[in-house]
Amino acid sequence: MAADEKEPYTSFLEHKGSHHGIWSWLMSTDHKKIGLMYFYVIAAFFFIGATLGVLMRTELIAQGETIMGPQTYNGFFTVHGIIMIFIIVIPGLSVIFGNFFLPILIGARDVAFPKLNLLSFYLFVTGALLAVISQFTGDGPPDTGWSFYVPYSVKSATNVIFALTAAFILGFSSILTGLNFIVTTHRMRAPGMTFFRMPLFPWSIYATAWIQVLATPIIGITLLMVIAERVFNIGFFDPALGGDPVLYQHLFWIYSHPAVYIMILPAMGVVTEIFPTFSQKPVFGYVAIAISSLAIAFIGYFVWGHHMFTSGTSYLSRLFFSLLTFLVAVPSAIKVFNWLSTMYGGSIDLKPPLLYAIGFIFLFAIGGFTGLIQGALATNIQVHDTSFVVAHFHYIIFGGMGFAAFAGIHYWFPKMFGKMYNIKIANIAFAIIFTGFNFLYFPQLIIGIQGMPRRYFDYLPQFTPGQVVSSIGAYILVTGLLMMLINLLYAGRKGAKASANPWHGVTLEWKIPSPPPVENFDTLPEITGRPYNFDENLKNN
Amino acid sequence: MSKHDVHMEHIDRDTGKLGMWIFLFTEMFLFGGLFLVYAVFRNGHSEDFHAAADDLNTFIGTMNTVFLLTSSLTVAMAISAVQKNDNVLAFRLVIITLLLATLFMADKYIEWSHEFRSGIYPGSQVLKNMPHGELLFFGLYFMMTGLHALHVFIGMILLTVSLIKIRKGNINYEHYLLFENSGLYWHLVDLIWIFLFPLLYLVT
Repeated sequence: MAADEKEPYTSFLEHKGSHHGIWSWLMSTDHKKIGLMYFYVIAAFFFIGATLGVLMRTELIAQGETIMGPQTYNGFFTVHGIIMIFIIVIPGLSVIFGNFFLPILIGARDVAFPKLNLLSFYLFVTGALLAVISQFTGDGPPDTGWSFYVPYSVKSATNVIFALTAAFILGFSSILTGLNFIVTTHRMRAPGMTFFRMPLFPWSIYATAWIQVLATPIIGITLLMVIAERVFNIGFFDPALGGDPVLYQHLFWIYSHPAVYIMILPAMGVVTEIFPTFSQKPVFGYVAIAISSLAIAFIGYFVWGHHMFTSGTSYLSRLFFSLLTFLVAVPSAIKVFNWLSTMYGGSIDLKPPLLYAIGFIFLFAIGGFTGLIQGALATNIQVHDTSFVVAHFHYIIFGGMGFAAFAGIHYWFPKMFGKMYNIKIANIAFAIIFTGFNFLYFPQLIIGIQGMPRRYFDYLPQFTPGQVVSSIGAYILVTGLLMMLINLLYAGRKGAKASANPWHGVTLEWKIPSPPPVENFDTLPEITGRPYNFDENLKNN
Repeated sequence: MSKHDVHMEHIDRDTGKLGMWIFLFTEMFLFGGLFLVYAVFRNGHSEDFHAAADDLNTFIGTMNTVFLLTSSLTVAMAISAVQKNDNVLAFRLVIITLLLATLFMADKYIEWSHEFRSGIYPGSQVLKNMPHGELLFFGLYFMMTGLHALHVFIGMILLTVSLIKIRKGNINYEHYLLFENSGLYWHLVDLIWIFLFPLLYLVT
């Protein structure tokens, strides 16, 4: 196809449209430009969030007050949580890679509602800015944790309303993105691209979009209720007014547990693209992976109660939620085995994207197993609200979603920017990040089981070794992250020109030039079979 | 306008409607959260809920139901009129719809101000002296009808925009996606009220 032909074309990066200068970006409804704008905003916030994390680890490197007092620490973990959860991992992969690659992978020229897409972006930016403003205005940064549990979030004198509003607006943006992607998947597929001929990344984005649409309104109304309770003194959750704090927890987790799958499904989708390409082998169990995405989305909706095993819910409901929690591990495991089987017997090419993808499996497996420990009723009581939980969800969210994001960045970087990064440095950065990550979080699993509570700025002497190792791990991790960042920034400015298909992939994005033309495809592709048909490569060579 | 901006100008009708339907799902879930809270609290305080609902003016509530149901009819008729290429009739029908919506809002205003005068408003001392169940009922009442009124207001804006476009002929029997979607939104507003009305006024 047109892949390596040298005929001139206008790439989306050069295209100006009807606006000039910076406005050709800010007013663009091109899904690729919007994807990249999300990328820049989210990357910037990621480094703010990571900085807060490192400062917290520095506070915990020694007993007692090291660099900040308890109230500051409370503010830090709240802001770290709000930024990382609401601004980065919930939208992250779906708005960056979903925007950029969903239309390309299904053979479309754009999403179904390009203007709505731009509106989602600006809502996102507004929400993100509000979250930042909440830190510097009013009576100090919010100190409720990202979960805004009542009654404290109603009583705290800090600037909670701004943070709640920020989360509400971010949620609205998320709903509009999800809506857009569902309609895009239904209406914009290329001729011949049936659902079961779509690559698996679109499948995961599609499943995610449904969760975004069906779960996010619940957190929206819940946050509105907390705002109403704070501003108008309407009783919903405050026991003094007859309300029920546990009801808040239900409503919060009805959204926020599915939100975990909003985070992880696109991550699974990204690595599902990477394994076949770097094994030069069709993905193993295509239908099983596609359906398991929907299964995760569906079951994930009914497991929220496992966050409340110690909140005084009834024994029967705990039993059900525990059972359902174990069930949701099944489709996740199906995916893991399919990825491993995809690699089996393939011609494996250990490039940075694949390294991150393998790292993803390793860390996600640890995250998954520690999750089962909490899903079991008896062990849950031991580890509830300890640093074990913190380590568990960092293994899932950072080790899972974060590593998949890094994998995706390294996989699609040449396509998005038309430049290639230094592979050797990328490999070294991966090794440092992977090492630092495990040094950072594994000790927290251990001291968590021993009884180290989460969200404390100080600890008992017996936890010193674990805390020190964990803090050192944080510094190693940050070194690796900076190395990765510099490598990519350098590549973006001065990297060698990337070919249209550096990894010998066979999905649609590799059949158009790098960076992609403004309209993606000159003529819409005709799809005649399943994706991941690597026989094409054999014929060409 | 550049080539890139052109192909996205006209979203085809099925695509636009699918998007609207999904948006309406999210609206239902938004109110669904409140209905869930209502169900939980009513389960715990059914006596108080009955007593509190007695304080609401069922006549006003019924009038509002009539206004909204009729306005749903007129908006549906207006869409049919556009489809039959009769923009003049459609224009008149949308005007009637907007008048009914204004009546609804006026009615709501009278109802709320009456309650405020008798000391029933969020955070008031009168409410705090009531039993917990009644306090919760009025909290839900203000939240639900307030949020609903906001939706009525947004619906009125959408219909006003449609009205102007019908007048100018930008909405016509070939292109009426915006109007049809505004109509769908208006039906949702109506539908939610049909649930609010019995839950708040008729549970006595």
